[in-house]
Amino acid sequence: MEALLTIAIGLLTACGVFLMLRARTFPLILGLTLLSYAVNLFLFASGRLRMDTPPLIRDGASYTDPLPQALVLTAIVIGFGMTAYLVMLALRALSESGDDHVDAKEKR
Amino acid sequence: MTQHAAILPLLIPFLAALLQLAVKGYGITVQRTIGLVGAVLGVAAALWLVLLADDGMVRVYALGDWVAPFGIVLAVDRLAAIMVLLTASLAANALLYASAGFDERGRHFHPLFQLQVFGLQGAFLTGDLFNLFVFFEVMLLASYVLLAHGGGLARTRAGLAYVVLNLAGSALFLIALGMLYGTLGTLNLADVALRLQAPGIDVAPARLACMLLIAVFALKAALLPLSFWLPHAYAAAGAPVAALFVIMTKVGIVSILRVQAIAFAPAAATADLLDGWLLPLALATVLFAAIGALAAMRLRDLTAWLVLASAGTLLVVPVFPQADVSAAALYYLVQSTFVAAALFLIAELVAVRRGDVADAFQPGPRLHTPWLGLAFLLAAASAVGLPPFAGFLGKLMLLSALRDSGSAIAIWSVFLFAGLLLMLALAKGGGRLFWERSPKHPHGSTHPFCWRRSLAVALLASPALLLALFARPVSDYAARAAAQLHHPQAYVAGVLGRHAIERETRP
Repeated sequence: MEALLTIAIGLLTACGVFLMLRARTFPLILGLTLLSYAVNLFLFASGRLRMDTPPLIRDGASYTDPLPQALVLTAIVIGFGMTAYLVMLALRALSESGDDHVDAKEKR
Repeated sequence: MTQHAAILPLLIPFLAALLQLAVKGYGITVQRTIGLVGAVLGVAAALWLVLLADDGMVRVYALGDWVAPFGIVLAVDRLAAIMVLLTASLAANALLYASAGFDERGRHFHPLFQLQVFGLQGAFLTGDLFNLFVFFEVMLLASYVLLAHGGGLARTRAGLAYVVLNLAGSALFLIALGMLYGTLGTLNLADVALRLQAPGIDVAPARLACMLLIAVFALKAALLPLSFWLPHAYAAAGAPVAALFVIMTKVGIVSILRVQAIAFAPAAATADLLDGWLLPLALATVLFAAIGALAAMRLRDLTAWLVLASAGTLLVVPVFPQADVSAAALYYLVQSTFVAAALFLIAELVAVRRGDVADAFQPGPRLHTPWLGLAFLLAAASAVGLPPFAGFLGKLMLLSALRDSGSAIAIWSVFLFAGLLLMLALAKGGGRLFWERSPKHPHGSTHPFCWRRSLAVALLASPALLLALFARPVSDYAARAAAQLHHPQAYVAGVLGRHAIERETRP
């Protein structure tokens, strides 16, 4: 379980960083999205991996840490909003310059 | 009532933003009125907070009434109060300037402006690291849209780079927070300070998490390898937006100062975290900014480089854990913020009066506004640290506080040499802008006098003089704030109180 999660996070981060280093806006946004998936999984794992346990404290029953789940939820919402804005900004740059290169020149 | 003082600087801009969204259909005048009333109320609330915080107590406001470390708290000490007042007064002036017409060049300027102030104030007030992340994001999201306000490809492109860089920074921030929570089991700053000193923590991941946190703050503060975004983004932004952005690098600097003084420096595991690398990088930032300023072709570019230079100057400070260094830095921070904001506004006022040469350093038409030249002289002289203005006093205090440190020679020579370069850049640029006439442009466009813009510039430039005249009370307050900052036990005890609980070490 640990190994699987570690490899998944590592792979997502590597792909995300690779795509972010591209000079076109579309791979850039995909890369950021992948990176945010990796980060969310990482945050989730910071509360330790426990199977079949609810984030609720009850007498005798084992429970998992609820705080990372709240943190991940917040991070997802924020990341979602940011990505939406970035897509709009990229579309605007595309319509103003006719090119999705990050250093696009003015359209002639 | 006094126990609610801590939340007022947050509630006022937030409610103003909501109200402005609600009355959107009634025209921009209503939004302007709400924004300006909110800004004035914000300054009043911040002033009250500064006076309240001066009793030396750490005021803790439990959001949701859960005590720390279980709930999220706001913690107000003198440093937070100073920064809140600085933000509120800067925002009020920028808004006054923007309400003279800039706000009509795009949509939703006013609510976004208030939300940016909300995020900034929250970042200064919060006592919880995850909450700091949330306020950073609020501030950044508003700044992304404000940066693009007014349109044009230059802004869109600068905005794209700025957004992507900050999103990557946010990802790093979250990784740092995840590691910190994974190793220490808490994200409350006071509790982090306690846990870092506890025996039996996993030192390596804790150090890595703290270092990542510093790296993220350094990105916001524009430390050298992470500072290439700043001149682009700030020079592309509209003048009032750029004026408000000046405080954003200060958020990063104050965050580094705070986490270093309260949590990292007192713990043996992280005490040497900043040693050896921050000082050279900060000095390199100052030099880089000075060279950039020499190469700048427009006044707004030059001002963006000045912001970077003052950020580099202030980034030297967290290396030295002495109260007198921090006190001098606080005084310097306040004046440099006002002066840089004033220069951004002056750049636009000059640009609209010079027609198509705008604020480029080329001979242009005659300017019929001597007060603008005076304001430029005042702000520029203070920015480079010429006597008798506040910039000189701030630099003098900083240099004399650093005199006994081991690296005084390096710091002195870099600061003074960079100051000379900046002075050359501003003298050359100012001379071109205000004195050199071009035969091609016999008459400058006569621009109607606008009291809102002029008042905003006058109010932002006057601290260069006022802070020098009233240097004693301000620097005394800064000294008390620094003394409080470097007494972290009081902060920890104030935030956690009797709830500093013993916990088992995490598996």
